[in-house]
Amino acid sequence: MRKIDVGDVRRSVGELLRHSAHSLPEDYLEAMRTARQEELSPTGQDVIELLLDNAAYAETETIPTCQDTGMAILFVEVGQEVHFSGGGIEAALQDATRDAYADLRKSVVSDPLLRVNSGDNTPALIHWEIVAGDGLRISTLQKGFGAELMSRVQMFPPAVGEEGLQQFVLDTIESAGPNACPPLIVGVGIGGSLDTVGLAAKKALLRPIGGQNPEPHVAKLEAEMLEAINRLGIGPQGLGGVVTALAVHVEVLATHIAALPIAVNLNCSAPRRATLEL
Amino acid sequence: MARTVQAPLDEATVKSLQAGERVVMTGKIYAARDAAHKRLVAAMQRGEALPLPLAGQVIYYVGPAPAKPGSIIGPAGPTTSGRMDPYTLPLLERGVAGLIGKGSRSEEVKEALVRHRAVYFGAIGGASALLARQIRSSRILAYPDLLSEAVRELEVEEFPLIVINDCHGGDAYLAAREAYRSDGDGSQRSK
Repeated sequence: MRKIDVGDVRRSVGELLRHSAHSLPEDYLEAMRTARQEELSPTGQDVIELLLDNAAYAETETIPTCQDTGMAILFVEVGQEVHFSGGGIEAALQDATRDAYADLRKSVVSDPLLRVNSGDNTPALIHWEIVAGDGLRISTLQKGFGAELMSRVQMFPPAVGEEGLQQFVLDTIESAGPNACPPLIVGVGIGGSLDTVGLAAKKALLRPIGGQNPEPHVAKLEAEMLEAINRLGIGPQGLGGVVTALAVHVEVLATHIAALPIAVNLNCSAPRRATLEL
Repeated sequence: MARTVQAPLDEATVKSLQAGERVVMTGKIYAARDAAHKRLVAAMQRGEALPLPLAGQVIYYVGPAPAKPGSIIGPAGPTTSGRMDPYTLPLLERGVAGLIGKGSRSEEVKEALVRHRAVYFGAIGGASALLARQIRSSRILAYPDLLSEAVRELEVEEFPLIVINDCHGGDAYLAAREAYRSDGDGSQRSK
Protein backbone atom coordinates (compact mmCIF):
# COMPACT_ATOMS: atom_id res chain seq x y z
CA MET A 1 0.00 0.00 0.00
CA ARG A 2 1.17 3.52 -0.81
CA LYS A 3 -0.08 6.64 0.94
CA ILE A 4 -0.71 9.76 -1.09
CA ASP A 5 -1.61 13.00 0.64
CA VAL A 6 -4.55 14.70 -1.09
CA GLY A 7 -2.96 18.09 -0.31
CA ASP A 8 -0.10 17.13 -2.65
CA VAL A 9 -2.63 16.15 -5.30
CA ARG A 10 -4.42 19.50 -4.93
CA ARG A 11 -1.19 21.48 -5.29
CA SER A 12 0.08 19.47 -8.27
CA VAL A 13 -3.19 19.44 -10.20
CA GLY A 14 -3.79 23.15 -9.50
CA GLU A 15 -0.36 23.98 -10.85
CA LEU A 16 -0.88 21.73 -13.89
CA LEU A 17 -4.17 23.45 -14.81
CA ARG A 18 -2.68 26.91 -14.32
CA HIS A 19 0.30 26.07 -16.51
CA SER A 20 -1.69 24.29 -19.20
CA ALA A 21 -3.93 27.36 -19.72
CA HIS A 22 -1.01 29.34 -21.15
CA SER A 23 1.28 26.63 -22.44
CA LEU A 24 0.17 24.51 -25.40
CA PRO A 25 1.74 21.05 -25.88
CA GLU A 26 4.87 20.74 -28.03
CA ASP A 27 3.39 18.02 -30.26
CA TYR A 28 0.57 20.42 -31.21
CA LEU A 29 2.99 23.29 -31.92
CA GLU A 30 5.09 20.95 -34.07
CA ALA A 31 1.98 19.84 -35.99
CA MET A 32 1.04 23.49 -36.56
CA ARG A 33 4.53 24.31 -37.87
CA THR A 34 4.18 21.43 -40.33
CA ALA A 35 0.66 22.58 -41.24
CA ARG A 36 2.05 26.05 -41.95
CA GLN A 37 4.20 24.47 -44.67
CA GLU A 38 1.41 22.29 -46.06
CA GLU A 39 -1.34 24.90 -46.19
CA LEU A 40 -1.95 26.21 -49.74
CA SER A 41 -4.17 29.15 -48.86
CA PRO A 42 -2.25 32.36 -48.08
CA THR A 43 -4.96 33.38 -45.58
CA GLY A 44 -4.77 29.93 -44.00
CA GLN A 45 -1.00 30.25 -43.69
CA ASP A 46 -1.42 33.64 -42.03
CA VAL A 47 -3.97 32.23 -39.56
CA ILE A 48 -1.64 29.38 -38.55
CA GLU A 49 1.23 31.84 -38.18
CA LEU A 50 -0.93 34.09 -36.00
CA LEU A 51 -2.00 31.18 -33.79
CA LEU A 52 1.64 30.14 -33.36
CA ASP A 53 2.59 33.74 -32.49
CA ASN A 54 -0.32 33.84 -30.06
CA ALA A 55 0.85 30.63 -28.39
CA ALA A 56 4.39 31.98 -28.00
CA TYR A 57 3.14 35.31 -26.65
CA ALA A 58 0.80 33.64 -24.15
CA GLU A 59 3.62 31.41 -22.93
CA THR A 60 6.00 34.34 -22.47
CA GLU A 61 3.44 36.56 -20.74
CA THR A 62 1.90 33.66 -18.76
CA ILE A 63 -1.58 34.66 -19.88
CA PRO A 64 -4.13 32.20 -21.29
CA THR A 65 -3.85 31.41 -25.00
CA CYS A 66 -7.63 31.73 -25.31
CA GLN A 67 -10.15 33.56 -23.12
CA ASP A 68 -12.19 30.35 -22.96
CA THR A 69 -10.05 28.43 -20.51
CA GLY A 70 -12.74 25.81 -20.61
CA MET A 71 -14.36 23.39 -18.29
CA ALA A 72 -11.78 21.27 -16.47
CA ILE A 73 -12.08 17.60 -17.37
CA LEU A 74 -9.90 15.28 -15.30
CA PHE A 75 -9.02 11.68 -16.10
CA VAL A 76 -7.74 9.98 -12.97
CA GLU A 77 -6.05 6.58 -13.03
CA VAL A 78 -5.63 5.32 -9.49
CA GLY A 79 -3.47 2.31 -8.66
CA GLN A 80 -5.43 -0.09 -6.50
CA GLU A 81 -2.60 -0.09 -3.92
CA VAL A 82 -3.04 3.64 -3.31
CA HIS A 83 -4.47 4.94 -0.05
CA PHE A 84 -5.43 8.62 -0.02
CA SER A 85 -4.83 10.47 3.25
CA GLY A 86 -5.54 13.96 4.54
CA GLY A 87 -9.10 14.26 3.19
CA GLY A 88 -11.28 13.32 0.25
CA ILE A 89 -9.64 12.97 -3.17
CA GLU A 90 -12.68 14.22 -5.05
CA ALA A 91 -12.82 17.38 -2.89
CA ALA A 92 -9.07 17.88 -3.41
CA LEU A 93 -9.51 17.81 -7.19
CA GLN A 94 -12.37 20.32 -7.01
CA ASP A 95 -10.21 22.53 -4.76
CA ALA A 96 -7.37 22.26 -7.28
CA THR A 97 -9.74 23.45 -10.01
CA ARG A 98 -10.97 26.33 -7.83
CA ASP A 99 -7.35 27.33 -7.07
CA ALA A 100 -6.30 27.24 -10.72
CA TYR A 101 -9.28 29.19 -12.00
CA ALA A 102 -8.93 32.03 -9.48
CA ASP A 103 -7.15 33.96 -12.26
CA LEU A 104 -8.81 32.26 -15.24
CA ARG A 105 -12.25 32.77 -16.75
CA LYS A 106 -15.19 31.27 -14.91
CA SER A 107 -17.14 29.52 -17.64
CA VAL A 108 -19.35 27.10 -15.71
CA VAL A 109 -23.03 27.48 -14.76
CA SER A 110 -24.17 25.32 -11.84
CA ASP A 111 -27.51 24.45 -13.43
CA PRO A 112 -28.06 24.20 -17.19
CA LEU A 113 -31.56 25.68 -16.98
CA LEU A 114 -31.12 28.39 -14.35
CA ARG A 115 -27.73 29.31 -15.85
CA VAL A 116 -26.16 30.98 -12.84
CA ASN A 117 -22.35 31.07 -12.97
CA SER A 118 -20.81 28.87 -10.29
CA GLY A 119 -18.25 31.63 -9.72
CA ASP A 120 -15.16 29.41 -9.48
CA ASN A 121 -15.33 27.19 -12.58
CA THR A 122 -16.29 24.14 -10.52
CA PRO A 123 -17.37 21.47 -10.80
CA ALA A 124 -14.56 19.86 -12.75
CA LEU A 125 -15.75 16.75 -14.57
CA ILE A 126 -13.87 13.77 -13.17
CA HIS A 127 -13.50 10.34 -14.78
CA TRP A 128 -12.11 7.60 -12.54
CA GLU A 129 -10.28 4.45 -13.47
CA ILE A 130 -8.85 1.87 -11.08
CA VAL A 131 -5.65 0.30 -12.41
CA ALA A 132 -3.01 -2.12 -11.15
CA GLY A 133 -0.09 -0.90 -9.03
CA ASP A 134 0.47 2.02 -6.66
CA GLY A 135 0.69 4.93 -9.09
CA LEU A 136 -1.54 7.94 -9.63
CA ARG A 137 -1.82 9.43 -13.09
CA ILE A 138 -3.97 12.46 -13.82
CA SER A 139 -4.60 13.89 -17.26
CA THR A 140 -6.34 17.22 -17.71
CA LEU A 141 -8.27 18.64 -20.60
CA GLN A 142 -9.42 22.27 -20.35
CA LYS A 143 -12.10 22.05 -22.95
CA GLY A 144 -13.32 25.12 -24.75
CA PHE A 145 -16.98 24.76 -25.61
CA GLY A 146 -16.98 26.40 -29.03
CA ALA A 147 -15.72 23.06 -30.32
CA GLU A 148 -17.62 20.99 -27.75
CA LEU A 149 -20.90 22.49 -28.96
CA MET A 150 -20.23 21.24 -32.50
CA SER A 151 -19.47 17.69 -31.32
CA ARG A 152 -21.98 14.87 -31.92
CA VAL A 153 -23.01 11.38 -30.89
CA GLN A 154 -25.17 8.95 -32.85
CA MET A 155 -26.42 5.42 -32.15
CA PHE A 156 -26.23 3.76 -35.60
CA PRO A 157 -27.25 0.20 -36.50
CA PRO A 158 -24.36 -2.02 -37.69
CA ALA A 159 -25.49 -1.89 -41.35
CA VAL A 160 -24.29 1.70 -41.54
CA GLY A 161 -20.77 0.30 -41.72
CA GLU A 162 -17.44 2.08 -41.93
CA GLU A 163 -18.55 4.16 -44.87
CA GLY A 164 -21.55 5.47 -42.98
CA LEU A 165 -19.39 6.28 -39.98
CA GLN A 166 -16.94 8.21 -42.15
CA GLN A 167 -19.81 10.17 -43.67
CA PHE A 168 -21.08 11.03 -40.18
CA VAL A 169 -17.65 12.36 -39.20
CA LEU A 170 -17.45 14.43 -42.40
CA ASP A 171 -20.97 15.80 -41.87
CA THR A 172 -20.04 16.78 -38.33
CA ILE A 173 -16.94 18.67 -39.47
CA GLU A 174 -18.76 20.23 -42.41
CA SER A 175 -21.59 21.57 -40.29
CA ALA A 176 -19.13 22.78 -37.65
CA GLY A 177 -17.36 24.74 -40.41
CA PRO A 178 -15.52 27.71 -38.91
CA ASN A 179 -17.36 27.51 -35.57
CA ALA A 180 -15.13 24.97 -33.83
CA CYS A 181 -11.93 26.98 -34.53
CA PRO A 182 -10.06 24.78 -37.02
CA PRO A 183 -7.40 23.41 -37.51
CA LEU A 184 -9.12 20.78 -35.37
CA ILE A 185 -8.09 17.72 -33.49
CA VAL A 186 -10.84 15.19 -34.07
CA GLY A 187 -11.53 12.60 -31.38
CA VAL A 188 -13.73 9.70 -32.47
CA GLY A 189 -15.19 6.97 -30.29
CA ILE A 190 -16.69 3.94 -31.99
CA GLY A 191 -18.57 1.16 -30.18
CA GLY A 192 -19.52 0.80 -26.53
CA SER A 193 -22.84 2.32 -25.47
CA LEU A 194 -24.37 5.79 -25.27
CA ASP A 195 -22.41 6.68 -22.13
CA THR A 196 -19.02 5.22 -23.01
CA VAL A 197 -18.77 6.19 -26.68
CA GLY A 198 -18.60 9.89 -25.80
CA LEU A 199 -15.95 9.26 -23.19
CA ALA A 200 -13.89 7.25 -25.71
CA ALA A 201 -14.05 10.18 -28.15
CA LYS A 202 -12.93 12.56 -25.44
CA LYS A 203 -10.09 10.26 -24.32
CA ALA A 204 -8.94 10.15 -27.95
CA LEU A 205 -8.23 13.89 -27.61
CA LEU A 206 -5.65 13.14 -24.90
CA ARG A 207 -3.42 11.34 -27.37
CA PRO A 208 -0.45 13.40 -28.58
CA ILE A 209 -0.56 14.28 -32.28
CA GLY A 210 1.70 12.15 -34.43
CA GLY A 211 0.80 8.71 -33.18
CA GLN A 212 -1.82 6.31 -34.46
CA ASN A 213 -4.12 3.66 -33.06
CA PRO A 214 -2.14 0.42 -32.49
CA GLU A 215 -4.81 -1.58 -34.39
CA PRO A 216 -3.90 -1.39 -38.12
CA HIS A 217 -7.53 -1.32 -39.31
CA VAL A 218 -8.28 1.58 -36.95
CA ALA A 219 -5.09 3.42 -37.92
CA LYS A 220 -6.15 3.08 -41.56
CA LEU A 221 -9.53 4.61 -40.73
CA GLU A 222 -7.79 7.52 -38.98
CA ALA A 223 -5.63 8.23 -42.02
CA GLU A 224 -8.54 7.98 -44.47
CA MET A 225 -10.72 10.28 -42.43
CA LEU A 226 -7.99 12.89 -42.00
CA GLU A 227 -7.51 13.01 -45.74
CA ALA A 228 -11.23 13.29 -46.43
CA ILE A 229 -11.67 16.04 -43.81
CA ASN A 230 -8.85 18.06 -45.33
CA ARG A 231 -10.53 17.88 -48.73
CA LEU A 232 -13.55 19.78 -47.37
CA GLY A 233 -11.84 23.11 -48.00
CA ILE A 234 -12.83 24.66 -44.66
CA GLY A 235 -9.25 25.49 -43.68
CA PRO A 236 -7.79 27.37 -40.73
CA GLN A 237 -10.57 29.35 -39.00
CA GLY A 238 -12.88 28.42 -41.85
CA LEU A 239 -11.23 30.95 -44.13
CA GLY A 240 -10.43 28.34 -46.75
CA GLY A 241 -7.58 25.89 -47.10
CA VAL A 242 -6.38 22.32 -47.01
CA VAL A 243 -5.64 22.11 -43.26
CA THR A 244 -9.01 21.68 -41.56
CA ALA A 245 -7.77 19.05 -39.09
CA LEU A 246 -4.33 18.26 -37.72
CA ALA A 247 -5.21 14.74 -36.62
CA VAL A 248 -8.00 12.20 -36.30
CA HIS A 249 -7.75 9.92 -33.27
CA VAL A 250 -10.08 6.94 -33.11
CA GLU A 251 -10.70 4.76 -30.07
CA VAL A 252 -12.81 1.62 -30.40
CA LEU A 253 -14.80 -0.25 -27.77
CA ALA A 254 -16.56 -3.60 -27.68
CA THR A 255 -20.27 -3.14 -28.37
CA HIS A 256 -23.56 -5.02 -28.68
CA ILE A 257 -24.47 -7.06 -31.79
CA ALA A 258 -27.32 -4.60 -32.45
CA ALA A 259 -25.37 -1.35 -32.51
CA LEU A 260 -22.61 0.77 -34.03
CA PRO A 261 -22.43 3.86 -31.81
CA ILE A 262 -20.17 6.75 -32.77
CA ALA A 263 -19.15 9.99 -31.08
CA VAL A 264 -17.16 12.82 -32.62
CA ASN A 265 -15.55 15.16 -30.13
CA LEU A 266 -13.87 18.20 -31.64
CA ASN A 267 -10.97 20.06 -30.10
CA CYS A 268 -10.29 23.60 -31.26
CA SER A 269 -6.86 24.82 -32.25
CA ALA A 270 -5.91 25.37 -28.61
CA PRO A 271 -5.61 21.93 -27.02
CA ARG A 272 -5.08 22.55 -23.32
CA ARG A 273 -4.05 19.08 -22.22
CA ALA A 274 -1.48 17.86 -19.73
CA THR A 275 -0.61 14.82 -17.63
CA LEU A 276 1.11 14.29 -14.30
CA GLU A 277 2.13 11.21 -12.37
CA LEU A 278 2.51 11.09 -8.61
CA MET B 1 -1.90 46.98 -45.85
CA ALA B 2 -5.34 46.45 -44.35
CA ARG B 3 -7.39 49.62 -44.32
CA THR B 4 -8.57 51.16 -41.08
CA VAL B 5 -12.27 51.41 -40.34
CA GLN B 6 -13.56 53.66 -37.61
CA ALA B 7 -16.11 52.48 -35.04
CA PRO B 8 -18.95 53.43 -34.81
CA LEU B 9 -19.47 52.75 -38.52
CA ASP B 10 -20.94 55.24 -40.96
CA GLU B 11 -23.13 54.13 -43.83
CA ALA B 12 -20.55 54.82 -46.52
CA THR B 13 -18.03 52.59 -44.76
CA VAL B 14 -20.58 49.79 -44.31
CA LYS B 15 -21.43 49.89 -48.01
CA SER B 16 -17.79 49.87 -49.05
CA LEU B 17 -16.82 46.74 -47.10
CA GLN B 18 -16.54 43.55 -49.15
CA ALA B 19 -16.63 39.95 -47.94
CA GLY B 20 -13.10 38.56 -47.69
CA GLU B 21 -11.50 41.98 -47.13
CA ARG B 22 -9.07 42.33 -44.22
CA VAL B 23 -9.42 45.48 -42.16
CA VAL B 24 -8.29 46.89 -38.83
CA MET B 25 -10.83 48.61 -36.59
CA THR B 26 -10.22 51.60 -34.37
CA GLY B 27 -12.71 53.22 -32.02
CA LYS B 28 -15.34 52.29 -29.46
CA ILE B 29 -17.06 48.91 -29.63
CA TYR B 30 -19.28 47.02 -27.19
CA ALA B 31 -18.72 43.55 -25.75
CA ALA B 32 -21.77 41.34 -25.25
CA ARG B 33 -22.30 37.59 -25.52
CA ASP B 34 -24.96 35.00 -24.69
CA ALA B 35 -26.43 36.04 -21.35
CA ALA B 36 -26.10 39.77 -22.08
CA HIS B 37 -27.92 39.37 -25.40
CA LYS B 38 -30.76 37.60 -23.68
CA ARG B 39 -31.09 40.47 -21.17
CA LEU B 40 -30.72 43.23 -23.78
CA VAL B 41 -33.44 41.82 -26.00
CA ALA B 42 -35.74 41.24 -23.03
CA ALA B 43 -35.16 44.86 -21.94
CA MET B 44 -35.99 46.06 -25.46
CA GLN B 45 -39.21 44.05 -25.46
CA ARG B 46 -40.21 45.68 -22.18
CA GLY B 47 -39.44 49.08 -23.68
CA GLU B 48 -36.67 49.83 -21.19
CA ALA B 49 -33.65 52.03 -21.82
CA LEU B 50 -30.55 50.08 -22.83
CA PRO B 51 -27.12 50.43 -21.20
CA LEU B 52 -25.39 50.96 -24.56
CA PRO B 53 -26.03 52.94 -27.75
CA LEU B 54 -27.02 50.90 -30.83
CA ALA B 55 -27.25 53.09 -33.95
CA GLY B 56 -24.12 52.66 -36.06
CA GLN B 57 -22.42 50.73 -33.28
CA VAL B 58 -20.35 47.54 -33.35
CA ILE B 59 -20.99 44.61 -31.00
CA TYR B 60 -18.16 42.18 -30.24
CA TYR B 61 -19.09 38.69 -29.05
CA VAL B 62 -16.48 38.25 -26.35
CA GLY B 63 -16.21 37.19 -22.73
CA PRO B 64 -12.67 38.16 -21.79
CA ALA B 65 -10.50 36.28 -19.33
CA PRO B 66 -9.63 38.19 -16.12
CA ALA B 67 -6.92 40.83 -16.58
CA LYS B 68 -3.51 40.20 -15.09
CA PRO B 69 -2.71 42.86 -12.45
CA GLY B 70 -1.60 46.01 -14.27
CA SER B 71 -3.08 45.09 -17.64
CA ILE B 72 -6.21 46.51 -19.28
CA ILE B 73 -7.98 43.26 -20.09
CA GLY B 74 -7.28 39.54 -20.22
CA PRO B 75 -7.21 37.46 -23.41
CA ALA B 76 -10.22 38.54 -25.46
CA GLY B 77 -10.87 36.55 -28.63
CA PRO B 78 -14.22 36.05 -30.33
CA THR B 79 -16.79 33.47 -29.27
CA THR B 80 -19.06 31.53 -31.67
CA SER B 81 -21.48 34.02 -33.21
CA GLY B 82 -24.22 31.58 -34.20
CA ARG B 83 -25.44 31.40 -30.61
CA MET B 84 -26.34 35.07 -30.83
CA ASP B 85 -28.41 34.60 -34.02
CA PRO B 86 -31.75 34.34 -32.18
CA TYR B 87 -31.14 37.76 -30.56
CA THR B 88 -29.54 39.57 -33.50
CA LEU B 89 -32.50 40.80 -35.57
CA PRO B 90 -33.89 43.24 -32.98
CA LEU B 91 -30.40 44.73 -32.60
CA LEU B 92 -29.98 45.20 -36.35
CA GLU B 93 -33.47 46.75 -36.50
CA ARG B 94 -32.27 49.33 -33.96
CA GLY B 95 -29.35 50.24 -36.19
CA VAL B 96 -26.42 48.13 -35.01
CA ALA B 97 -24.05 48.32 -37.99
CA GLY B 98 -21.30 45.86 -37.14
CA LEU B 99 -20.99 42.47 -35.45
CA ILE B 100 -17.70 40.78 -34.55
CA GLY B 101 -17.33 37.11 -33.72
CA LYS B 102 -16.32 33.83 -35.30
CA GLY B 103 -18.25 31.20 -37.20
CA SER B 104 -21.24 31.05 -39.50
CA ARG B 105 -24.46 33.07 -39.21
CA SER B 106 -27.99 31.88 -39.95
CA GLU B 107 -29.64 32.70 -43.28
CA GLU B 108 -32.02 34.94 -41.37
CA VAL B 109 -29.15 37.01 -39.95
CA LYS B 110 -27.37 37.18 -43.33
CA GLU B 111 -30.55 38.48 -44.97
CA ALA B 112 -31.02 41.01 -42.18
CA LEU B 113 -27.45 42.27 -42.70
CA VAL B 114 -28.40 43.14 -46.28
CA ARG B 115 -31.79 44.59 -45.33
CA HIS B 116 -30.45 46.78 -42.51
CA ARG B 117 -27.04 47.51 -44.10
CA ALA B 118 -24.73 45.98 -41.55
CA VAL B 119 -21.53 43.93 -41.63
CA TYR B 120 -20.42 40.77 -39.86
CA PHE B 121 -16.68 40.67 -39.18
CA GLY B 122 -14.64 37.64 -38.14
CA ALA B 123 -11.82 37.90 -35.62
CA ILE B 124 -9.34 35.04 -35.37
CA GLY B 125 -10.61 32.62 -32.72
CA GLY B 126 -7.91 31.44 -30.37
CA ALA B 127 -5.61 34.39 -31.07
CA SER B 128 -6.97 35.86 -27.87
CA ALA B 129 -3.76 36.87 -26.14
CA LEU B 130 -2.62 38.89 -29.17
CA LEU B 131 -6.06 40.42 -29.79
CA ALA B 132 -6.16 41.74 -26.21
CA ARG B 133 -3.08 43.87 -27.02
CA GLN B 134 -5.21 45.92 -29.44
CA ILE B 135 -7.67 46.88 -26.69
CA ARG B 136 -6.80 50.24 -25.15
CA SER B 137 -9.51 50.50 -22.49
CA SER B 138 -12.26 48.39 -21.00
CA ARG B 139 -15.16 49.51 -18.85
CA ILE B 140 -18.14 47.48 -17.58
CA LEU B 141 -21.39 49.21 -18.59
CA ALA B 142 -23.99 46.71 -17.35
CA TYR B 143 -24.73 43.32 -15.81
CA PRO B 144 -21.56 42.89 -13.69
CA ASP B 145 -23.20 39.83 -12.09
CA LEU B 146 -22.65 38.03 -15.40
CA LEU B 147 -18.88 38.15 -14.74
CA SER B 148 -17.11 37.66 -18.08
CA GLU B 149 -20.45 38.05 -19.86
CA ALA B 150 -21.03 41.63 -18.64
CA VAL B 151 -21.60 44.36 -21.25
CA ARG B 152 -18.39 46.34 -21.73
CA GLU B 153 -17.31 49.38 -23.65
CA LEU B 154 -13.97 48.67 -25.31
CA GLU B 155 -11.66 51.08 -27.05
CA VAL B 156 -9.78 49.22 -29.75
CA GLU B 157 -6.89 50.30 -31.93
CA GLU B 158 -6.08 48.54 -35.19
CA PHE B 159 -8.07 45.49 -34.15
CA PRO B 160 -7.55 42.94 -36.99
CA LEU B 161 -10.70 41.62 -38.68
CA ILE B 162 -11.91 39.95 -41.85
CA VAL B 163 -15.24 40.89 -43.42
CA ILE B 164 -17.26 37.65 -43.43
CA ASN B 165 -20.75 38.81 -44.46
CA ASP B 166 -21.04 42.18 -46.16
CA CYS B 167 -24.21 44.19 -46.74
CA HIS B 168 -24.40 43.06 -50.35
CA GLY B 169 -24.89 39.35 -49.59
CA GLY B 170 -21.23 38.30 -49.87
CA ASP B 171 -20.10 35.41 -47.67
CA ALA B 172 -16.35 34.91 -47.19
CA TYR B 173 -16.67 31.50 -45.49
CA LEU B 174 -18.69 29.98 -48.34
CA ALA B 175 -16.46 31.45 -51.04
CA ALA B 176 -13.27 30.29 -49.31
CA ARG B 177 -14.55 26.78 -48.68
CA GLU B 178 -15.62 26.39 -52.30
CA ALA B 179 -12.21 27.56 -53.49
CA TYR B 180 -10.29 24.89 -51.58
CA ARG B 181 -12.72 21.97 -51.62
CA SER B 182 -11.51 18.97 -53.64
CA ASP B 183 -13.35 15.88 -54.78
CA GLY B 184 -11.02 13.09 -53.78
CA ASP B 185 -8.86 12.76 -56.89
CA GLY B 186 -6.32 15.02 -55.22
CA SER B 187 -7.16 18.01 -57.38
CA GLN B 188 -8.87 21.17 -56.26
CA ARG B 189 -12.10 22.15 -57.92
CA SER B 190 -10.84 25.64 -58.62
CA LYS B 191 -8.13 28.10 -57.63
